Amino acid sequence: MSYRGASEIFLGSAGISVGDSVKITKKDISYEGMLLDRAEDADETHLVLKLKNGYNVGINIENATIELVKKGEKPKIELSKLDIERDNQKHDISIISTGGTVASIIDYKTGAVHPAFTADDLIRANPELLEYANIKGKAVLNILSENMKPEYWVKSARSIADEINDGAYGVVVAHGTDTMHYTSAALSFMLDTPVPVVLTGAQRSSDRPSSDAFLNLLNSMTAAKSDMAEVMVCMHATEDDTYCDLHRGTKVRKMHTSRRDTFRSINTSPLARVQNGGIEILDEQLRYKTRTDGEVELQDAVESDVAFIKSYPGISGEIIDYHIDKGYKGIVLEGTGLGHCPEEIIPSVKRARDSGIPVVMASQCLYGKVNMNVYSTGRKLITAGVISAGDMLPETAYVKLCWALGQTDEIEEVEKTMQTNIAGEIEDKSSIKYFLI
Amino acid sequence: MDYEKLGLKMGLEVHQQLNTKEKLFCPCDCNLTDKEPEFKILRNLRPTQSELGKIDRAAFEEARRKLNFIYDAYAHETCLVEADEEPPHPLNREALEVSLIIATLLNMHVVDEFHTMRKQVIDGSNTGGFQRTGLVATEGVLETKYGNVKIDVLCLEEDAARRIGQEKGKVNFRLDRLGIPLVEITTAPSITHPEQVKEVAYHIGQVLRSTKVKRGIGTIRQDLNISIKEGARVELKGVQDLDLMSTMVENEVKRQVNLLKIKDELNNRNASVEDELHDIAPLLKETKSKIIAKAESVFAIKLNGFKGLIGIEIQPGRRFGTELAGYAKKMGVSGLFHTDELPAYGITEDEVNAINEFLGLGDEDAFILIADEKEKVINALQEVQRRAKISLQAVPEETRKALPDGNSDYLRPLPTASRMYVETDIPAISVSKELLGDIKSDLPELPDEKKVRIIKQYNLSEDLAKQLVRRNRADSFEKIKAESGVDSTTIASTLAYTLKELKRDGCSIDELNNSILLEAFELLENGKISKDALPQILANVCSEGNSPQEAAESLNLMMLSEDDVEKIIAEIVSSNKKMVEERGMGAMGPLMGMSMKKLKGKADGKLVNKLLRDKLQNIE
Repeated sequence: MSYRGASEIFLGSAGISVGDSVKITKKDISYEGMLLDRAEDADETHLVLKLKNGYNVGINIENATIELVKKGEKPKIELSKLDIERDNQKHDISIISTGGTVASIIDYKTGAVHPAFTADDLIRANPELLEYANIKGKAVLNILSENMKPEYWVKSARSIADEINDGAYGVVVAHGTDTMHYTSAALSFMLDTPVPVVLTGAQRSSDRPSSDAFLNLLNSMTAAKSDMAEVMVCMHATEDDTYCDLHRGTKVRKMHTSRRDTFRSINTSPLARVQNGGIEILDEQLRYKTRTDGEVELQDAVESDVAFIKSYPGISGEIIDYHIDKGYKGIVLEGTGLGHCPEEIIPSVKRARDSGIPVVMASQCLYGKVNMNVYSTGRKLITAGVISAGDMLPETAYVKLCWALGQTDEIEEVEKTMQTNIAGEIEDKSSIKYFLI
Repeated sequence: MDYEKLGLKMGLEVHQQLNTKEKLFCPCDCNLTDKEPEFKILRNLRPTQSELGKIDRAAFEEARRKLNFIYDAYAHETCLVEADEEPPHPLNREALEVSLIIATLLNMHVVDEFHTMRKQVIDGSNTGGFQRTGLVATEGVLETKYGNVKIDVLCLEEDAARRIGQEKGKVNFRLDRLGIPLVEITTAPSITHPEQVKEVAYHIGQVLRSTKVKRGIGTIRQDLNISIKEGARVELKGVQDLDLMSTMVENEVKRQVNLLKIKDELNNRNASVEDELHDIAPLLKETKSKIIAKAESVFAIKLNGFKGLIGIEIQPGRRFGTELAGYAKKMGVSGLFHTDELPAYGITEDEVNAINEFLGLGDEDAFILIADEKEKVINALQEVQRRAKISLQAVPEETRKALPDGNSDYLRPLPTASRMYVETDIPAISVSKELLGDIKSDLPELPDEKKVRIIKQYNLSEDLAKQLVRRNRADSFEKIKAESGVDSTTIASTLAYTLKELKRDGCSIDELNNSILLEAFELLENGKISKDALPQILANVCSEGNSPQEAAESLNLMMLSEDDVEKIIAEIVSSNKKMVEERGMGAMGPLMGMSMKKLKGKADGKLVNKLLRDKLQNIE
């Protein structure tokens, strides 16, 4: 129970707890209803009552008396159990749940939307998914995606590998949208998968009728059955509930705080469009890895002491020095324009490299390539040993550096890895059509 | 009908749009637009579980009809909040304050803390699949001639999207109306007489009109809850015409009384509804009925013991069959055929006999058939079975749409409380004692009180005062009168009538704010223009954007000086010398006519009269 201070004492002295039917009487008015829990961050002076007409109201306990009408159970959300029979005509798809909005429900503690569904609950809430495949659900994590860490990428990658080794025809990963593109990049580097691995989520929580979760999940199922054996993100392509786009895990980014069509492919086209159980390749020139009968390969070693620093007018070299002194193993700089930072901080950058810490330069422009040959600052950065991220997204460059440092301690090896295309993260050619799509 | 004996109980629900600057949860303004939509958004909705884990029956029924919703959106008139692409902004404080004023005027108890809720509505009228609403106050009292009526609750909520049209499988809404603040006032079901409903509606209207609410068609909507002792609560949606209310009540009571009679007769006959659906297409292969011939499938159900009752009239022009058809139509079919109306509509007696035989119907048994796409037919017949089963038990609780003829159509089951759950994106708002104190000390005057006061205070006629109050111009009148020496009646009639006429003639009278009107009255007060010229001058101000003075000058309506008037009169007299010589003072009439024609709007009639008389007398 989240009642604190005065309200906790008030309720305690009357022996009343959440879920009880009560009557609260004040000077000229009384209210009857069920006591609900109160948000943890709310004040201590009000009680929340659900009236018979369904409305919640807050009642100040000042000059109020309370009496118990009927003891009650704390309301729980229960979904009816589904007895799922395996259909041999259908493929086996695993849904891995990590938390986030695609799998969330109202929480009494805070009154906020919280990840609470297991993957099983997901199927119960969306029984239509069973028309697409035999579904196996597994909850790996139950966190909001802003709380993701590199070690959770490892945990997720291992679970996905287990599912594939157990015969999953494809894997869908339910994930919070905030850091989905970090995870999709991490899984892209860690997993060499023979089957599709599709990350999906929701921008409107699944507790509301307009949630985008259902269409995203349904289309992810289609993608998971396709012949595209890559780590991908499947989310609404427009504001309509019509189709989703399938993005390469290393070249996708959340670009809007709230819109359904927030995920966009950057410096490439989406791989495909998914609609009504079908997949349409959008650009025939764009290659992708196809499904095989092979084994999944897992390279999940990762270094989590990597700093991700944005350059800005007025940045001080101290920030870089701090990370060197703290023992960080790598630094990604999100530079300006073609890949620059103020000349003043170049000595610190050089100091990092001289201390055996690789410094990778990506661009905060997001679109286009890093090219440090054009201006003198860039050339000084090259001389200082900075590694170019090319057209990699800054977030992808960060994830890749974590991963590369997990594979080797040799700075030259790391530099080579960073500049070699591993999972579609680097494209040599910049197409005229890759901007703002 | 003896309403008292029948145990008639009614409750009124009034929805009134507030006239705030912004919407309830976003900064868009509260006006509707007829512009072509700049964006169209396609969405689907699914029902979800509420806090208590129950699915609402009305929401569930909507979900069975798989519909696409198309929303008209705009670059500037609407934003991402209405499109359900951005969380709601904090609640509009202005709207909350207006709702607190209304609650106080209705003698209600305001809650200590306002919680925004989500009320599930998945008919597409809300992009989120729920309407945001919150309880502001409870337990008010309204005095009426028939006794006190309790006001149960006052809620502050967002208006729904505007339904623009429908085509197959798609419903088109416009986002302009979605989010306009609305108060919902619900009385207790304690009204016992149709005349009392009218009085309650009138009183609530008075209270609303004394505050910042929108005026005009569509800005206020009324629903009527009706039940009789043995019947059920039915909500009639959209009862606009107060004068039609007693007919609505009468027809609904009739409906419930007749449904109860049918129930009793069905139970006497031991009637029952069979669950099976029978494919009867083979029996109708050669049919002349066009509807059946072109349908994908034809199914029938058996209603044992229903014969003769389906055709019984339960409301003027509406039968028990109409009730059953109402449920079927919700599943997308256009109607049904039943035993009591056949043979007809191209279905022959032989065909009816064949169906009777196929279904094994006895003398008292009936069938219902529906022809359409298979999925729709099955859904529709299942709904008819559900409704027919209810008819053995009771009158169902329903939401019905009020029709212009005083009847009503089935809309959906009554929503249950379980369709409410908390809006997690809006923090609770504590209503402080200070705010309530401020509101109580500065309550607006009710329209009737205001009318009585201004009649007395300004010596206005009853009619003028009534018009000022009704047109919401009493405040303007008082402000202008406070600063102008022009007589009350002239100011009042300009505000009450002249502005109305200008508007009717197509002038945009929004330009005429208090300070512009005051400028015009100053010209009048200083003798620079005549009263007659006022409408023309104001029209020019609207159309040309001139100041009143510029308008009067450009229209050549500035009053002439006494010298100039005298000169003009002298000219008229001298050019009509002959008449003056012949008739003497008898020329006064015709000359006055000529002078006024020339001086209209530029000189006061009394002055012209005086000067002309002087002139004629001096000649003699």
